[in-house]
Amino acid sequence: MSFLDYFKSSKKNTASIARERLQIIVAHERGQREQPDYMPQLQQEILDVIRRYVAVDQDQVQVQLDKNDDCSVLELNVTLPE
Amino acid sequence: MAKIIVITSGKGGVGKTTSSASISTGLALKGNKTVVIDFDVGLRNLDLIMNCERRVVYDFVNVINGEATLNQALIKDKQTDNLFILPASQTRDKEALSKEGVEQVLNELAETFDYIICDSPAGIEHGAQMALYFADEAIIVTNPEVSSVRDSDRILGILQSKSRRAELALDPVKEHLLLTRYSPERVENGEMLAVEDVKEILAIKLLGVIPESKAVLTSSNSGVPVIHDQQTDAGKAYDDAVERLMGRERPHRFLTAQKKGFFKRMFKGSATA
Repeated sequence: MSFLDYFKSSKKNTASIARERLQIIVAHERGQREQPDYMPQLQQEILDVIRRYVAVDQDQVQVQLDKNDDCSVLELNVTLPE
Repeated sequence: MAKIIVITSGKGGVGKTTSSASISTGLALKGNKTVVIDFDVGLRNLDLIMNCERRVVYDFVNVINGEATLNQALIKDKQTDNLFILPASQTRDKEALSKEGVEQVLNELAETFDYIICDSPAGIEHGAQMALYFADEAIIVTNPEVSSVRDSDRILGILQSKSRRAELALDPVKEHLLLTRYSPERVENGEMLAVEDVKEILAIKLLGVIPESKAVLTSSNSGVPVIHDQQTDAGKAYDDAVERLMGRERPHRFLTAQKKGFFKRMFKGSATA
């Protein structure tokens, strides 16, 4: 590393940090925005049904709706305790 | 047929009113009969930016409530022909804007005007939703800064789900990005999001980039929209944006840092425009 490079690299490129943080948060918020209104309640009721049989935590059930061009896929992911 | 254009952002202080003043002035200067409406009930400022604050007698809410006619409330701009201002009420709250009332006023304006510019309040509540509800096009004013970009994306979501065009499943509201307070020097130093970054994240068409400029403050001091000052970068950039809004092609300017000469570098910051 040359003497000049030392000064250059001491200045952090914060713009690229901003870009990456924004890409993540905007993608996440768009995903939630496209969900139908009933999703939180659907998730709660599915959780209640599973809990009648197995003791699972709130965060052990993940419900996600993925939209493709011609169909939507409701993905249900339950992690059961050992 | 009149085109209804909302100028919105989600976040406050990014330049909605400044942009509303210059864009409506620009449209009128180019021969379009234009009216600009202040939707910021309770916190009106468009009148001040356009130098007609002492001529406000009746306002938007008076017209909605039938306390005044539209012609009584409209203020004719003294600096620009073809331009009228409909001020917001300073003493009511935003709930005074009923959807039916706003629609009735817009319909009446649409009979005589080419462009209806709606200057939205900040936020995503009732006032902002009323400003965007009837829009055909939207100008999203954004600063190259994380909170502004995130809020712009939020308002885009509302345009796509809660506008009249969305509710009636018509053609969607045409979205334009207006990036303001842009500093090419800081972008080159890696301190500021570049125009390409913001465009990519928001995924909308770029209407214009307004460079950070001292002229914006000085023009608001005297109530002369900055587009009147065609000597300044900001004034020229707004003029380009208005041309693009009218469907003409204009190359984007002021996107790269000006090379500083020897003397400017020696006397850094003392005499930069």
